[in-house]
Amino acid sequence: MKAPKFNYVKAESRSHALQLLDELGEDGRIIAGGQSLMPTLNMRLSQPDTLIDINKIPDLGGITLDGNIVRIGALTRHVEVANSPVVAEHLPLIAEAMPHVAHHAVRNRGTIGGSVALADPAAEMPACVLALGGTMVVESVNGSREIAAEDYFHGLYETARETNELLVELRIPAKKTGDISVFMELAQRHGDYAMAGLACVARINGNAFEGLRLVYFGSEDKPTLASKAVSAVIGQAWSEECKEAATKALEDDLDPMANLQGSSAMKLHLQKVLTGRALDTAIERAEAA
Amino acid sequence: MSEATMEISLSVNGEQVARTVPVRQHLVDFLRTEMGLTGSHLGCEHGVCGACSVRVDGAVVRGCLMLAVQADGAEVVTVEGLTQTGEVADLQENFVNRNAMQCGYCTPGMLITASELLRDPKPVTRAEIRDHLSGNFCRCTGYHAIVDAVEMTLNKRLEEG
Repeated sequence: MKAPKFNYVKAESRSHALQLLDELGEDGRIIAGGQSLMPTLNMRLSQPDTLIDINKIPDLGGITLDGNIVRIGALTRHVEVANSPVVAEHLPLIAEAMPHVAHHAVRNRGTIGGSVALADPAAEMPACVLALGGTMVVESVNGSREIAAEDYFHGLYETARETNELLVELRIPAKKTGDISVFMELAQRHGDYAMAGLACVARINGNAFEGLRLVYFGSEDKPTLASKAVSAVIGQAWSEECKEAATKALEDDLDPMANLQGSSAMKLHLQKVLTGRALDTAIERAEAA
Repeated sequence: MSEATMEISLSVNGEQVARTVPVRQHLVDFLRTEMGLTGSHLGCEHGVCGACSVRVDGAVVRGCLMLAVQADGAEVVTVEGLTQTGEVADLQENFVNRNAMQCGYCTPGMLITASELLRDPKPVTRAEIRDHLSGNFCRCTGYHAIVDAVEMTLNKRLEEG
């Protein structure tokens, strides 16, 4: 189908975009890479009054290491994140996740900020940012504020960002020596929306997990930290029994939404399988390190 | 709401053009209806099938997921442009040799997407070729022949340096 009628404004600068957002309120809709917004426009699932195009704003992209924080501009394209040596060295979880983010041509245009701002429950980047304890920087005409990932994702496409705010940057703690990360996802076709997925960051001593963050996506209404599964694992020697206890505990952490790709029970099963695989992999990576 | 329009100026297959377009028109509709370049195909029109792939400022993108107004000032290359310059002549020949096109609907998107692998050829596995083409649907060939054609072209280019 063809997109409905809308108005279109090209924001020339950050301040111009913020001014437009403030003036237009609910009638304004930001378009960055547009790789999720354009399909909904073409299918007439979205009908914005005015699109605010931020693609030409000069200082919204780029990846820098600032002390022990990696700063990623919201307009940084997925392909730039995927090819970044800074990301490869300091955010290996995101580097491992990147090949799962849609397909080649979509990664050339889609942005990391767009993915986090939209908060699609099946998207990889929100889960990674939450697993790594990142912070979102948003700006409005009234100034800027930082929102921790734990407080940012509220639900299905819902975030803490206000209508007049623009997501400008992600600040993500760099990998510390000894951190192990694992990213896993199941999709019908490589690059398609996740049916189930897991971003895992761990500290491992010998054969036991000392620290662990497990973030599930693709099954819940938002990226979801699992606490009960983690409690079942921490401080225990990793074993088949421990794995079974963790996957059993996961039943209390997750409440998967059924969709065309599978029932709630099937998705829970897939997340359990991924949990076992990811934790096995984490132990292997710790041994190899 | 009245139809909002905007004047744009861009390079299409090396030729500088200026047009006034509806702001809601996506790039492939612009190329097909305004420019008469019907090589870029519309399959799903929501970013899944890859038949609309075009090259914008050197990178392959989904033509249906970009507005024409967003291509203002850009360099756009379609399958017609790739054909004119001879950049993919060897790939096209191998598509014929391997019977990698049947109905032909996906072929322009396949050629443009594969051209990114061939531009700066490095040894890649068949799995990597498949991965690179994973965003392009083909409903005829079963993909095997397409992967063959890309692999043959790549190997030949690597051989010839």
